[in-house]
Formats: sequence, structure tokens, C-alpha cells
Amino acid sequence: MLGGARIFRRALQETGARSLGFLAYTGSLFLLFTDALWWMTVGPWKGKGRVRLDDSFVHMERISIRSMGIVALVLFFVGVILALQMAYVLRTLGVTDYIANITGVAMTREMGPLLVAMVMTGFMGAAIAAEIGTMVVSEEVLALETAALPPVRFLVVPRVLATMIVMPCVSLIATYIGILGGLAVGYFLLGMEFEKYVRRTLESLTYKDVFTGLIKAEAFGILIALIGCLEGFQVTGGAEGVGRATTNAVVRSVVAVIVFDLVSTAFFYYFL
Amino acid sequence: MSAELESRPARRRTGDAIIDMEGVHVAYDRRTILNGIDLKVYQGETLVILGGSGSGKSTLLRVLIGALEPTLGQVRLFGQDIYEVPEADLNALRLRFGILFQSGALYNSMPVGENIAILIREHLKLGDDIIRIMVKMKLELVGLRDFEFLMPSQLSGGMKKRVGLARALALDPEIIFYDEPGAGLDPITAGVIDKLIMDLSRKLGVTSVVVTHEMESAFRIADRMVMLYEGRIVAQGTPEEFRRTANPLVKQFVNGEPDGPIPLRRSKVDYEEDLLA
Repeated sequence: MLGGARIFRRALQETGARSLGFLAYTGSLFLLFTDALWWMTVGPWKGKGRVRLDDSFVHMERISIRSMGIVALVLFFVGVILALQMAYVLRTLGVTDYIANITGVAMTREMGPLLVAMVMTGFMGAAIAAEIGTMVVSEEVLALETAALPPVRFLVVPRVLATMIVMPCVSLIATYIGILGGLAVGYFLLGMEFEKYVRRTLESLTYKDVFTGLIKAEAFGILIALIGCLEGFQVTGGAEGVGRATTNAVVRSVVAVIVFDLVSTAFFYYFL
Repeated sequence: MSAELESRPARRRTGDAIIDMEGVHVAYDRRTILNGIDLKVYQGETLVILGGSGSGKSTLLRVLIGALEPTLGQVRLFGQDIYEVPEADLNALRLRFGILFQSGALYNSMPVGENIAILIREHLKLGDDIIRIMVKMKLELVGLRDFEFLMPSQLSGGMKKRVGLARALALDPEIIFYDEPGAGLDPITAGVIDKLIMDLSRKLGVTSVVVTHEMESAFRIADRMVMLYEGRIVAQGTPEEFRRTANPLVKQFVNGEPDGPIPLRRSKVDYEEDLLA
């Protein structure tokens, strides 16, 4: 049984080390976020330097206008798929009209924000990690720091602020487009009337659904932007390090978003 | 091993040490990079730090500019320990020195002029007109006044470096650190940069710390030289002393001889043993 005990101990050590790593990572994210928030709110008031809105606009454009095509495509198709899959089940009960209710609620509460977040991990998270990582490699970040220009203020704040402003909007538009996908199925394939579909959707939705969806979108956006920044700052080595950071940014964002989604969904289910 | 070099005073020691390193050790996962560095830099002098690749000179520079906290030891700039002072004071100190990075390290998302203007705008309360004039003056120093509106990606490597120098000068610093100023430059540009380093020192009294392994340029600009080898300072003295030294390490390095005490091969295991293992 000695072997068994050793394996158990190894497993325990490994679990411990990973848990500590996870805690440290979460802690770094939290610190980065509070630092960014300070530069967005308190810093400018104390005359430590204004928020660089013009830098932020560049990032806003990237994650809104330039991502819109792919977001629309994904959401519309998922709306169609969702409605079709639901219809497949509901057909046996003869209540296919309910696809309107289900698609509406699912899109608003869950699929809209989640799918936008998934698109954004690639569109924004990876890009941020690669950008900042390259800056680290080319000593640009060091040059900012040693010139007393805090990298958080110059690099993190514009990106996080952009996501904070844009993500809820993109998520809202994406939700509309997803519902439109369901509508297309209802109208063209199931022969539902347009008014009926819209009425059913509106009936089944409450403000709470919209609100929780927007909160999720906001949180997902912040998570993805922060993880992208953190991964970028942690780059060591050259191009290889940047590649690793990019991959990590995507993988960790996906995990973070899903975990946060689970927790928040459970919270909204029981407490709201 | 270099007692005769160390005992001599530097040629242009004009005041107190404005950089003072004491007992600095740096180790990354048990590998020692810097092993007990004591170094003083005096106001107005140009100190050249020599050393082959892997000698720890880049690490030394990082420690000096406050980017890498040493495992042991102290670093004082202008009398303040840069790894002990609060962030706000450190930022105030940072405005008093400029750095020319090896590849320029320009802010790539901003045009050339803005690279310089941002420092002035963020740190000095000046009007836009004055900032515009200052940017032009700094760029004129490095001969790139016409390039104000280009993006860094549109410049050649040498031009990036010159803009990097203009940026290092933006706030009229008292110390400038140069990381391999001549690396990757054509001989003329390298000469121009050397001349700039000398002018800044002679005319404006700027203290310069230059990390390099290019001997020709080192002899041209240095008031005092130190040589790093395996994380230690193995020699210091004036350029003249370095030229005439009997120290075999320095001699080999200065003359670029392939054979000598500094080995080309870094393996600890015998070649034959390694092959047959």
C-alpha cells in the first residue's frame, strides 16, 4: 500500500499546487481590475492623469463594429439551430409555437451574452494578449514604466473601459439577431405568423431576463479583457512566449467565462 | 586581480556618486547572474559597462533602472534606494533619468512626434505650442525633424534608435542609460550617436551609463570603464588603463582574441565524455 500512499500524496500535492496557482491567478486578476478601476475613477480626480478615451475608441471600434459581422453570423445561426432543435422535441407534443418563448428566453438570459463572449475570446482576448505581449518583448512596456507612465493606465484602462462600454451593447444586438434566427425558423419552416412569434417572445421575457443577460455580458467582457492583459504582461521570451500567452488567454477566458456563467446563473436562479 | 586598475581615481569625478550599487546579487532559479556588484557612478561622467554576452550586463542595467529587484543588495539613485521608496517617489526619480533601449522600444501605436510629446505632456504642465516646439528640438538633435508624423513601423532600425534617444532626452534627464547604443547601426549612425553621448556629457553635464561590447565606441566615449565577467566586476579604470592593462581577461576582451582566459565553450562536461556518454 506504500505505492498507493505515495500516489495519493503526489495527487494531493499536485492538487494543492494547482489550487494555489489558481488562487494566485485570480488574485492577480482582481488586483489588475482594482488598479484599472482606480485609474478610471479615483486617479483622474486626484489629477494623476485623465482617462485616455481616444485610445479606448480604437478598441471600442474593434470589438463592436469590426466584430459585428461574425457576431451576427454566429448568433443568427445558433438562433436557427436552437429553434430547430426545440421544434424537434416540441413537435411530438404538438406545441412547436413554444420555440418563440424558449428561443427568446434562452437568447436573452444565456446564449446572447455567452456566445458573444466566446467570439470575443478570439476577437479581443487573444488580440490583447498578443499586443501587450509583443510590447513586453519589445521593451515597450518597460519603456512606459520607466518613463513613469503606468502601463495599467495606458494599456489596461483603454481596453477594459472599451469592453465595459461596448459589451452590453454588442450582447443586446446579438440577442436580437439570435431571436431573429428563431423567428426565421418559426416563420419560414413552421408557418408561424410574424406577430404571433413576436408576441410570444415578448410575453415570455421580463426585464429581469434582459437585465441579468446584460450583467453577464458586462462581466464576461471584463474577464476576457483582464485575462488578455494579464497574459500579455506575463510574457517571457520572444515570439514563442507571445504565442503561448495568446493561447492561454483564449483557454483561460473560456474557462473563466463558463465558471462565472455557472455561478451567476445559479445565483440569478435562486435569488432573483 | 585588477588592483592596479581599481586603485586609480577616475578622470572626471566631479561630485558625489549619483548612482550607488552595493552588494547587488541577482539569481534566477538558483542561477547566479550578478554576484556581488559594487558600483558607483559620479555626476557628469560617462561610465561604460563592458562584458561579453551572458556576463550579466543587461541584467545590471535592468537593476539600475528599477526594473528588476536584486535578490540582495541596494541600489541608490540620487541618494534614494529605488527598491525601497514609495511608488510616487520612484516615479519622481524616473523623470530624472532617461533610457535608450536596445531596439528603441518606441510606443508603436503613436507617431514619432507623439512618442516624445506624451512624456512632456504627461509630466510637465506645458501648452501644446511649447510641446510642439520641444518635440521638434528633440528630434532635431538626432536629425529626424522631418519624421515627426511617421509611425515607428515606418522607420528603419537605426532611425527607431535615434527617435528612442530623442525620447530619452525629452525631459532633460540628469542620467541617461544606454543599452547597446551602437548595436545594429551602420558605422556613421553609430558614430553620430557616440558624438551625441559625448556632447550631452561635455556640454550639458549629463551622466551617462553605457552598456556595450563594442570596444571602438567604448574607447571613444568612456571616462571610466568597468568590465563584467560571470556576474562580477573584474576590472575598472580609465580607457587608457584598459588599453595598457596586463589583466588577461580585459586584454582578451579589448583585443577580441579568440584564445585566452574567457572560454568560448561553456560546457562543464568534457567533450569526449559527453560524446561517449
